[in-house]
Amino acid sequence: MKLPSQFYGALLVAFATSASAQTTAITGATVHTVGPQGTLENATIIIDGGRITAVGSGLPVPANATRIDAGGKIITPGLFSPLGQIGLSEVGAVAGTNDATQRGEQFTAGFDVADAFNPRSIVVAISRIDGITRAGITPRAGRSGSEDGQSHVLSGMGSVVHLGDSPENFVKRGAVVIANFGETGSYVAGGSRAAAVQILRAALDDALDYRQNKSAHDRGAWHDYSISTADLDALQSVLNRDAALLFNVERASDISVVLGIAEEYRIRAIVAGGAEAWMVADHLAAANVPVILDGINNLPGDFDRINARLDSAKLLVDAGVTVAFGAAAQTHNARLLTQSAGIAVANGMTWDQALESITLAPASIYGIDSVVGSIEAGKEADLVVWSADPLELTSYPDQVYIQGIAISMQSRQTLLRDRYLNLDAAKPPAFRN
Amino acid sequence: MQMLKCLILFIAAGLVLGACDSADVESPNAYASRYHAMRSEPTVLQGATVLTGTGERIDDADVAMQDGKILAVGKSLDTADMKVVDASGMWVTPGVIDVHSHLGVYPSPGVDAHSDGNEATDPNTAEVWAEHSVWPQDPGFVAALAGGVTSLQILPGSANLFGGRGVTLKNLPGRTVMDMKFPNAPYGLKMACGENPKRVYGSKARAPSTRMGNVAGYRSAWIAAEDYRKKTAAAENGQGEAPPRDLKLETLAGVLGGEILVHNHCYRADEMAVMFEIAKEFGYKITAFHHGVEAYKIADLLRENDTCAAIWADWYGFKMEAFDGIRENAAILDRADVCTVMHSDSDMGIQRLNQESAKVIGAAARVGIDIPPERAVRWFTANAAKALGISDVVGTLEAGKMADVTVWDGDPFSVYSKAQKVYIDGALAYDRNNQSVNPVTDFSLGTAAWHGGAQ
Repeated sequence: MKLPSQFYGALLVAFATSASAQTTAITGATVHTVGPQGTLENATIIIDGGRITAVGSGLPVPANATRIDAGGKIITPGLFSPLGQIGLSEVGAVAGTNDATQRGEQFTAGFDVADAFNPRSIVVAISRIDGITRAGITPRAGRSGSEDGQSHVLSGMGSVVHLGDSPENFVKRGAVVIANFGETGSYVAGGSRAAAVQILRAALDDALDYRQNKSAHDRGAWHDYSISTADLDALQSVLNRDAALLFNVERASDISVVLGIAEEYRIRAIVAGGAEAWMVADHLAAANVPVILDGINNLPGDFDRINARLDSAKLLVDAGVTVAFGAAAQTHNARLLTQSAGIAVANGMTWDQALESITLAPASIYGIDSVVGSIEAGKEADLVVWSADPLELTSYPDQVYIQGIAISMQSRQTLLRDRYLNLDAAKPPAFRN
Repeated sequence: MQMLKCLILFIAAGLVLGACDSADVESPNAYASRYHAMRSEPTVLQGATVLTGTGERIDDADVAMQDGKILAVGKSLDTADMKVVDASGMWVTPGVIDVHSHLGVYPSPGVDAHSDGNEATDPNTAEVWAEHSVWPQDPGFVAALAGGVTSLQILPGSANLFGGRGVTLKNLPGRTVMDMKFPNAPYGLKMACGENPKRVYGSKARAPSTRMGNVAGYRSAWIAAEDYRKKTAAAENGQGEAPPRDLKLETLAGVLGGEILVHNHCYRADEMAVMFEIAKEFGYKITAFHHGVEAYKIADLLRENDTCAAIWADWYGFKMEAFDGIRENAAILDRADVCTVMHSDSDMGIQRLNQESAKVIGAAARVGIDIPPERAVRWFTANAAKALGISDVVGTLEAGKMADVTVWDGDPFSVYSKAQKVYIDGALAYDRNNQSVNPVTDFSLGTAAWHGGAQ
């Protein structure tokens, strides 16, 4: 099988939106920039062409700008859900609506979920009206006993999408390749986590060899590899550090193995899950390996998570590790990112760190922090206007902007709500449209 | 092992129907609660914001506890001979009650060897009792305690039309399930609608494989239970022989007799309505629907039937029958005066039923429905106690009730607030600032949780 090589490239897509000709000024807001400017009171954000052109207190508003008075409300960057299947899974238990797992081993690293992304999924609208503006969409490993069946240690490539209205949703395709260690790795590798490590090493060694001997291989004058050409192509972006290798891994000893592999192959690694990451926090910090943390799970759901604890985020950040939340808040539950962040604050993280963990940190983990993640001149204008403290569960967004466009604050759920809010209405529910 | 000389029949623990053949043998009250409250001292929580669970909020108030009971709630209580705990800046609520938990039957770690919640071998397993699966060393009990939980109902899973009996526990980790059983709480019967039973048995090419198959299954079972109940009653009146003892029918007959409460897993509004028809046909009451993601569509029906809706804040989309879940569900039900209960069905969710409720408060505010804290707190205290049939002894801060009390370090509906102290029957069972007070399960020994409690 042959696929175009740019298919796998870490591709930053330029945007040309209908908003490009408009200038908008949002005034009178408390702006948490999550950037060098920190928190600004009574601030103005100027948006032009879908990008932030200026942010500050007392900025002059351009004469041609549409002025929006935020009335003292709180504005944060758009939230970033780093893991999950937004747009890849409509109903969890309805197989035909799920595209994040590929049964069998036709592909390993090369399985690309991006072409299955559906921007019209109800989950997109439900998530974005609660403030999610960007999402990592990631393939899943098949699990023991499930219909997913056997899969490989490498379960494919993940991409980053925006949840806005402009037609090109991909911010970065092939941003990560997913590797499954721990209990899942053990299962897919035939019964031992050690075998999962060996299978991954064989794939990376093959990818290195393929890089050196591609022409001979393409002529059929070279030895066979453990994975297909498409998979080897996908791993090139990992080897040249365009894409990161994202490890689903929980146990401290397994995370240590990840750090060894990252150093040996000089690749960018990301730890996802990381229940016991706090136990090797110094090593993670030294290796500059970030953690996408569960953040809520404090129980030993399995033996890989015996030492899970609620203050993991604080311990990791204190050690200098970049932390994002999202291993627990995914897909239909992506909107619970603020709850993970709030719980982290209740357990020792600072409020600013917690907000960064659901905005700038995931953008930086995906290598797109020059584009989104904070409210800074030059970045795309993903903004959330909040009724009150965004980490409080009683708060909600009044308005969400994605790439400078005020999105519709309607979802299938708001339609159901409005239909049933008053049961004693004159017409039966089906006639209330 | 001592041989029993008597034959004893139980419908609910403590209710002895049979007779011993020898008057001098004391009846061993099999399966009964052996819960004992821990030692407590008379204590006053002073100067707190108190949400009583009765719908009332009292600022700068005291809660006095003595002999395991609430002595008084009010301003400037007499503290003579009482231990005084400064609760200024704190919020005090009744202990959290979760009506839907699988702690102990699906414990942590979730290994296959611990999978004891679904006897998925027959669509009707009314004969099984969840308490016979409960592993008291589940670390989840301790984590729930740190979330303010003082009582909880452990239910069988939802694979079956009739999953078996649930059991209500005091959340004081013991060595045996009997040590934890809530004294004199009625049993629950877990029933399940919808996708789960028809999928589990349909995939085995046996009934039920459809929703109509589900309903035929319930009705057939109730017909048999009715017959069993009639024959048992007749025999007691000297008419005819008592039918042979049947565990399955005993439980179902207990529902028809009103001693066992129906807890019915059901998602869709139209299915809940059908379940009401079945209850009407056989003359039993559905105490609570559980999950009820579409309950908001039939708030009026739930109110008319005096049936509680035990629900999540915002679960949706994980299966077809959860497609229409909305965050305003509890708000719409509560506004219609339905007995609204926030439940967990999760070892994570049970740790923060207060936060689940906060999500609803926020969603309701978006559409102009104001839900003050003193109202929302009922969802995981008084209303939960009602659903479990224990509201005469627990669930509100009223004099004479069990002193099951949670002290929060702020508004419990703030994401930043945590339970600071938890009292069960007046005894301090958890103290966030004094780990030596706190229980640690055997399983957690030697782990990071060891010194940090439920860190």
